[in-house]
Order: sequence, then structure tokens, then C-alpha cells
Amino acid sequence: MSTPTNLHLYILAAPLVTAFVLNLLGRISRAWVMPLTLGPLAFSTIGSIMLLGQVLSEGGFSYTVGNWKPPFGIELLVDPLSALMLVLISGVALTATVSALPWVEREHPGSEHLFFTLYLILIAGLMGLVLTADAFNLYVLLEITSITSYGLIAMGKGRAPLASFNYIIMGSIGACFYLLGVGYLYILTGSLNMADIAAIVKTLPQSAALATAFAFAMVGLWVKMALFPLHGWLPNAYSLAPTGAGLLFAPLMTKVTIYLMIRVILNLFTPEYVFFSHPLVQSGVVWAAAIGIVCASSLALAQRDLRRMLTYILIAEVGYMVGGFWLANAQGMTGAILHIFNDAVMTLCLFLAAAAIASRTGSLSFENLRGLYKTMPVTMAAFTLGAFSIIGVPPTCGFFSKWYLLQGAVQAEQWGFLAALLFSSLVNAIMLFRIFELAYFSDDHGDHHAGDHSHHAPAVQEAPLPMLAPLVLTAAALLVIGLGTGPLVQVIRQVLPQFF
Amino acid sequence: MSGLTAEIVAKYNYWLYVILMMVGLYAMIGKRNLVKKLLGMNIFQTAIILFYVSMGVKRDAGIPIVNKYEVLKNGIDAATVVNPLPHVLMLTAIVVSVSVTGVALAVMLRIYREYGTLEEDEILEKIGK
Amino acid sequence: MTYTPSLIPLAAVLISMLGTIPIMLSDRRPNLRESWTLLIAVGKFLLVASMLPSVLAGGGFTFTLFEVIPGVPIALKVDPLGMFFALVASFLWICTSAYSIGYMRTLQEHAQTRYFASFALAISATIGVAFSANLLTMYLFYEVLSLSTYPLVTHEQNAEARRSGRKYLTYILGTSIGFALPAIIITYSIAGTLDFTAGGILAGKASPALLGLILCLFVAGFAKSGIMPFHGWLPAAMVAPTPVSSFLHGVAVVKVGVFSIVRVILDIFGPDLLRSLDYGVILSYFVCITILVASLVALTQDNLKRRLAYSTVGQLSYIVLGVALLTPSGMTGGVLHIAMHAFGKITLFLCAGAIYVASHKKYISQMDGLGRQMPITFGAFFLGALSIIGLPPLGGFISKWNLVIGAVEADQLPILIILLCSSLLNAAYFLPIIYRAFFAQPAAGVEPTIKEAPIFCLVPLCVTAIGSVVLFFYPDVFLRLVKLAILN
Repeated sequence: MSTPTNLHLYILAAPLVTAFVLNLLGRISRAWVMPLTLGPLAFSTIGSIMLLGQVLSEGGFSYTVGNWKPPFGIELLVDPLSALMLVLISGVALTATVSALPWVEREHPGSEHLFFTLYLILIAGLMGLVLTADAFNLYVLLEITSITSYGLIAMGKGRAPLASFNYIIMGSIGACFYLLGVGYLYILTGSLNMADIAAIVKTLPQSAALATAFAFAMVGLWVKMALFPLHGWLPNAYSLAPTGAGLLFAPLMTKVTIYLMIRVILNLFTPEYVFFSHPLVQSGVVWAAAIGIVCASSLALAQRDLRRMLTYILIAEVGYMVGGFWLANAQGMTGAILHIFNDAVMTLCLFLAAAAIASRTGSLSFENLRGLYKTMPVTMAAFTLGAFSIIGVPPTCGFFSKWYLLQGAVQAEQWGFLAALLFSSLVNAIMLFRIFELAYFSDDHGDHHAGDHSHHAPAVQEAPLPMLAPLVLTAAALLVIGLGTGPLVQVIRQVLPQFF
Repeated sequence: MSGLTAEIVAKYNYWLYVILMMVGLYAMIGKRNLVKKLLGMNIFQTAIILFYVSMGVKRDAGIPIVNKYEVLKNGIDAATVVNPLPHVLMLTAIVVSVSVTGVALAVMLRIYREYGTLEEDEILEKIGK
Repeated sequence: MTYTPSLIPLAAVLISMLGTIPIMLSDRRPNLRESWTLLIAVGKFLLVASMLPSVLAGGGFTFTLFEVIPGVPIALKVDPLGMFFALVASFLWICTSAYSIGYMRTLQEHAQTRYFASFALAISATIGVAFSANLLTMYLFYEVLSLSTYPLVTHEQNAEARRSGRKYLTYILGTSIGFALPAIIITYSIAGTLDFTAGGILAGKASPALLGLILCLFVAGFAKSGIMPFHGWLPAAMVAPTPVSSFLHGVAVVKVGVFSIVRVILDIFGPDLLRSLDYGVILSYFVCITILVASLVALTQDNLKRRLAYSTVGQLSYIVLGVALLTPSGMTGGVLHIAMHAFGKITLFLCAGAIYVASHKKYISQMDGLGRQMPITFGAFFLGALSIIGLPPLGGFISKWNLVIGAVEADQLPILIILLCSSLLNAAYFLPIIYRAFFAQPAAGVEPTIKEAPIFCLVPLCVTAIGSVVLFFYPDVFLRLVKLAILN
């Protein structure tokens, strides 16, 4: 443990504090909106990269807020994984925000400051979730992120408020279940500090109460992350949300919840208890995840709107990570954690691309995608790269996490999960190539002859730069992360318990 | 049978919260009116608050307000006071549930303005048109 | 064998990948764009050829790019087998590039920049497969090749191209994700490595049943090799412009599939392991079905390119057959057939393209008497056909001769008979074309104004046709590479 610094607190505080400042100043002048959203996020991004460097060179540390010693005080844990997650959250949020700004201006003229107040608090909440080492704080932060996202989604048009309401109901059920689990755990251990609880759990006899606590906590988180079949709220909520909010939700919300599941398993209930005391449950969850992947992929296939299709892909990807982690071997767990990062970046890429396309076509229903390779070549190139990553084509990053997941499945001899992963890859390929086809073949049903259509090629009409730049950057990141899988995996391995 | 009865009687507070929770859960999922759903959610959250509150209680224990000098001199017998921590936690949980309710009510207002009703069936019917 | 670290293999792979940038930037200036294409093609060949002497001397090169998975980097390795394939592919790419220019311009095709850029990417991936040091790298380039050829196959952008593109990807991507990827992962799980190692990495690591399963997955997974029942994409892909069909579906894509299977047999399983399990013989009988059925189907095709496609399906299985026989001559013949068939088949495709450019004829039944108007094209076609049939003095004879000896060495008389039958069938579907072209009376209404195709088309097909002849007399370099590859 190295000497604690306050850097991580600043990272967390920057968006939180500016959220309120923005709310006040934004009323005075809209010119404040852009600097006050990008500023703190850029600060957090740089800070979290520095923090990651520090953690990697000097090791992780735990920080007690207000100097109250654990297990009484509130503890924040900064280890390689949480530092990496901070980099991911702040980086993705910064990139998404660049593209979200023009969207908010377009969709919510006059109330940008309100939108971004919620938006920044949401980001701060996500960062807090990643850092906290206290089971109850986790609940509170979970609700902070949820409440802000309810608000953001309800700002959308048409059916969005209804979708938001459904999300409120489901989200509250999930949070309450988690809270119940923590309650049981508190009865058993008398503590709320994760490390403290984990130490006590190891000494406890196997009891129905512990199993109940675990079951409640897990189901609660599964609802929040939209693991099939608890996903009902997600497609509407994410596809009807304001475009700017969707850009943030899609890459981060489910992924951070999966991170929480991993934390709860690794640092709260201990993997020994979770994986090895109930082998049936362990393989049951993997099977459930496999079925979830297959069903969600099939549902995605039935969609006729690009963004809705992407939300179903998102649900399938949740199955990847949950199933992968529950494989309970080093490869599967590595794959699941790696996939958190990869999936966040590739989802961001696809949603950014969808937003860029929507900025020109207005709607994202498949009919409007025709001929896009001609009119928006750069956007479509980035979209293609993101799609390849979702399918799992090397050397994009999506391939490598899938590689680890598949290997974990082979090692655990979970053939159902293996088949589900491959099935989902194939379905993704079909789905995304359907889009390529629409965008590649022109709208005149292809009855033209060679040579005579170079003359009336439609003019290139790319999305505005603030939407294009983050998109291109993200697409390039897919390749960079893919080729940098080696170092990334080494960091992830540090977090996994020794015996895996 | 008598064993079961004894079990229920001995832990009646937990059974109560289980019943409350089920009522709430049913309302959230089964009812088609959005207000009823929201009320169900509140009942659900209240059940959990009661659960937490009751877990801190001990038989014949007093409130955790004690004489500082006496405690410093003699220490304290933990069995004589209830555990205050869960109660404190629930203050936070109440705040959370109030916030959620507030947001939900605001969202409901928007829905009502949009569709003129809070019956889910009617709303879906209007969307379908 | 010692491998020296070197940047040359990387440069050889990347030159055309990076070359897509200047090609795309010179979108508005076709002459400059085509100069880039030719320059890159020649440069690539020179880079590949510059490594030939030291490979022949028993050396080799490696280059490790990224360590992505513990023990499995993305790495390149130049060994005799890879060198052999890269040499063939990069030489024929020059011919095809020149030919493409003539073909695309004469027909005034649209989207030529996309065409040339995709083509450059595809050849990069092909050389990448040839120089891969392990299965992961090979899979990577294999997929890049599948995807970069999609815009080429669907170049026409009409309904038929769309249909064929779908079929193409369904077969190629479906099998590689569904079969090859799990096979690679299972291999990694049981062997702990994916490096191509002479003698294989799987010996003694798994039960015969599991090994058999892996072999099946690999053979099915590399569907580019066109082994039945996963051959359907190849005839469908014939909607592509003819240079694409000639190079990609006569040389690069299909040979990448076969090459991958050969790699797996030689360097993942190892001949000894397969021999001890008798899987080689089973595999060789399995591909015999493809050889016979494909030849029979070819007989029924009237569309010249489709007939060539079915011929390719059959000939590809010769290569797998030879290697699966696991005898020295069989393997030599099989691997050698990669080159011999490439030269022969590319000639035939280029001729088909030249015929189309000059006369817009696609169907054999329309070609009566055309040989008298296009003697050079049909002369080259004749040579190419003879090479595929396997008659001296053409390169195809050498590989087929070795295959026959290999069948005898393996004591597999039925295979010998099948080989001979198939050669007769080859003759049966090729020679009538020649006969019609030269001796049949032109049908009424055929305009006598048809002339030979433009020079850009004509020269490359002559070069490849002559190449087929030269390979009969001077197969030394290729033979030595093959011997080195097999003796390892």
C-alpha cells in the first residue's frame, strides 16, 4: 500500500461540484455550458490516467473519508481495476460529451444546463460506484446514478417518460433487492465495510441466511444491468432517451453494474463462497447467461431500427460478461473484465456512429440507411470498424475479449456457453452485414448498369465535426485497445485472486 | 405445525415485512395504474426500512442515548441499547426513496400531460394509434 | 532452421495495406492511382523475393508485433512453405494488377478506387496468411481477407451481387467463426501454444476422438478451400469482375483456405500424428468426393466462369488430397499444385475476362468460332487448360505426377483411379471449349468485328500462360521450397 493521495477525490469531485455550478451559471448564459461540462471531464480524464499510472507503479491503496478508520468509516478502494474503470468512465464520458453537446443543443434548447447538471451528477455517481468499498454506500450511489438517469431519460420525446417510469419501477426493485441482501449480510456480520465483511464471511458456516443475502444482492444487480430475462426496461429506456443521454448510458451504465457484480463477488462474498460452495448455482448462472445471449441476439435480429437493435446487442453483451465471469476460471474472468472495457468502447463507437447518422438522416429506421457509404463515408467506416469489433473480427478489441471468454468456456467445459457465444457472433454478423448491405447498395434497387452511375453520385454529407471527431477517435481506440490487449490483461490479472 | 407457528410468532416482525414486501411487489408488477405502481413501490421500500429498523432492536434494550461520563467510566453493556446503525442507514434510504418518488411523480406528470391518463392500458392504446 | 528477426516480412505484408492510402487519395487521378497499384505490386514482389535466397539456404525471418495473449503474439514468420505461397501470390498479383487496369478501364467500371483499394488490402491479408507464425495471426489475416473481398465480390452493386455477397459471407464468415475459431481455442487450451511447429503441437495432448473433432472443425472452418459441402460460395462469387475472380477465386482466397488446411496438417497436427491415427486417409477419401462431384458439375455449366469455378473447387481438393496422403511425394504434389493450379487457373480466368471484354460473351455456347478472332487469348486458354488437366509440357503435370506417385506410395489404389478419372473429366470439360472456339462454325449473327482484348489484358494472360510452361521446365525453386517445407 502506497501513501494515499487525494487525487481520486478530485477526480470524483470535479464533475459533482461543477454540476451545481453549471446549474447556476447556465441560467445566466448558455456559453457556460460547454466549458463547464468538458472542463471537469477533461480534468477527471487526465487525473484518472495519472492515478492509474500511480497505482500501477506503486500499488493500490485504500482511502478513508474524513479519516474514520475502517470498518467504521467510509472507505474508498483504489486498486488497479478501479483505477482502470475510472479511466474508462472519464474517457468515455468525455468523448461522448463532445458529441452530446450539439445534440442537447438541438433537442433541448434552453434547458442545456439542466440536462448537463443531471449528466454530470450521473458521471460522478458512476465514479463513486467504482471507488466505494462500502456495501451500503454502493446502494446509495447506485440510486444516485439511477435517479439521474430516470430524469435524463424522461427528457426524451414521445414515449420516453413512460419508458422512464418503467425503468423507475424496475430500477427500484433492483436497488431494493440489493439493499435487502446487504441487510441480511449486516445481520450476519455486523459490518458494512466490504473487506471487513469478506473477512467475516470466510469464517461463517454455510447458512441459508448467507445464501439469501447473496441471492438478493445478485438479483438486484442483475435487474440493474438488464441481464436477460430481467432486461425488459432497457430497450425502450435507452432507445427513447435523448440522443445525448443515450451516448452516455449505453457504454457505461450496464458495464459499471457488471463491475459492481464483480466487486461484490470478489470483495464482498469472496469467490470461494460464490463459486465453489454451490457449483450447481455457478453452472446454472452460466447457462442462464447463455440462454440470455441467444434470446437477446435473436430479439436484436427482429428489430427494424438501428438504435433499438443496438440496445438488444447491449443486452446480449451483458450475458457475455455475466456468463464469462461466472465461468469461475482465470480465462473467463479475465475475458469478462476485459470485455467491460472493450464493450464500453465499441458500444460507444456504435452509438456515436448512430448519432452521427441520425444527425443527417433524422431517423435510424433501416429504410433511412440506404446509400450511406456514399454520403457519409467516414462515419460508415467508423461504424464498420465498431461492428467488426462487435462481431469479433481480429484485430479489433472485441475479438480478444471474446477469445478469453471462449477459452474460459472451453476450460470450464461449458459447451452451452461456448455455443451461445458463437451463435451470438454469427447473429451479430448477420445483423450488422444487413446494415452494411443497406448502406452499401444504393437506393435504386441496383438495376443500373456499370459505368453510368458514377455521374449522379450523391454528394458527401458528413456529420458535423463535433460528432465526427469523437467517433473517429473511438474507432481508432478499438484497434489500439485490441493490439494493447497484452498489457491490459496483465493489469486485470493483478486483481483476480491468486488461486485462479 | 406448532413448530411453524412458533417460528412465525417468534419472528413476527420479519413475517410482517415479508407480507408488506409482497403487497408492494404485487402492486408494482400487477397493477396497471401508474399511481398504484408508485404506491406499491413505496410500500416495498417501507417494508425494507422496517426490516432494517427491526434488525437493530433488542429485547428490553433502551434507546442508544447514554451518559458519556458513565460510559467512559464503566463501559457499556451492548445488550442494554438498540443498535443505532441500521436506523441511521434508513435515514439515507428514506431520502433515496423520497427522491425516487419525487422523480417518479414528475415523470408521471409528463406522462399525464402527454396522454391525459395514467392507466397503462389506455396509454399503450394511444401509442398504438 | 534458424529464424532471424527482420522487418522485411512486416514490410511485405504492410506495403499494400498502407498502399490503400495513396490509392484512395488519388481518387480523382486514375493514372496516378494505377501507377501506385503497379508500384506497390512490384514492390511487394521484390520484398518477398528478396527473402528467397536465405530461405532457400535454410534460413528464415521472424517478426513479432504484439504480445496479445500470453504465448500467442501476433507474429510473422517466413518459412519455406509460407515463402512458396507468398512468391506465387505476389507474382500473380502483378499480372492481375496490370490486367485489372485494362479490364476496368475498357468496361468503364464504377468505383474503381474502392476496387483497387480493396484489392490491395486483400493481397496484404493473403501475404499475411502466408507469413503467419501462429494460428491466431493466420486467423486474423484470414478474416481480414474475407471482409476485404466483400466489396470486390459485390462490386456490381446490383441484386445479384447482393445475393452472392450474402452467400459469400454466410459461408466464409459463418464457418470461420462457427468452426475455425472454436477449433483454434480448443487447440490452444490443450496444447498451450498456437505456434506453427514442424511436426505439430498436438501429439500426445488429447484423445483421438477429440483430435478428430478438431481436424473436422478445421477442415470445415476454412471454407475458403471449397471442400464440399462448403463450396457453394465460390460459384456465387463469380458475379465479381473477372480480375477478382481470377486472382482471388483462382489464387488468393481459395489458396489461403487450402494453405490454412495444409498448415494445420503439417504444423499443428504433424504428419506423424495423423498417420498414426489414420485420419489422413479418411480425409483424402473425403476430399475425393469433392474432386469427382465438382468435375461432374463443371461439365454441366454453360457459363464459362462458373465452369471454371467448379473446376477450381475440384482442383483445390487435389491439394488437400495430396497433403492428406502424408507420403513425401503426395505432400510434394499437393503443395506444388498450389502454384501449378494458380498459374493455370489464373490464365483461364484472365482469358475468360479478355473474352468478355472483347466480345461481352459469358456463355460457352456463344463462343463458337471465337478462337479464330482471338487466337492469342484462346491459345493461352489452351495452355492453361492443359496445365489443369495435367499434361506435359505444362506445370500441372509435375504436381499431378507427384500426386499419382503419392497415391501409389500410400497404397491407395482407389485414389489413383479417382485421380485418373478426374483428369479425364477435366479434359472433358475443357477441351470442348477449345474445340468450339477454333473449329465450330460461328453462329449466325456473330459480328466478325471482334478483336483481341486490349494490350493491358493480353500481356498478363500471356505471361501467366508462359509461366505455366516455364514451370514445367524449371520447377527447381518451387520444388526446393516444397522439399524444405516438407522435410522439416
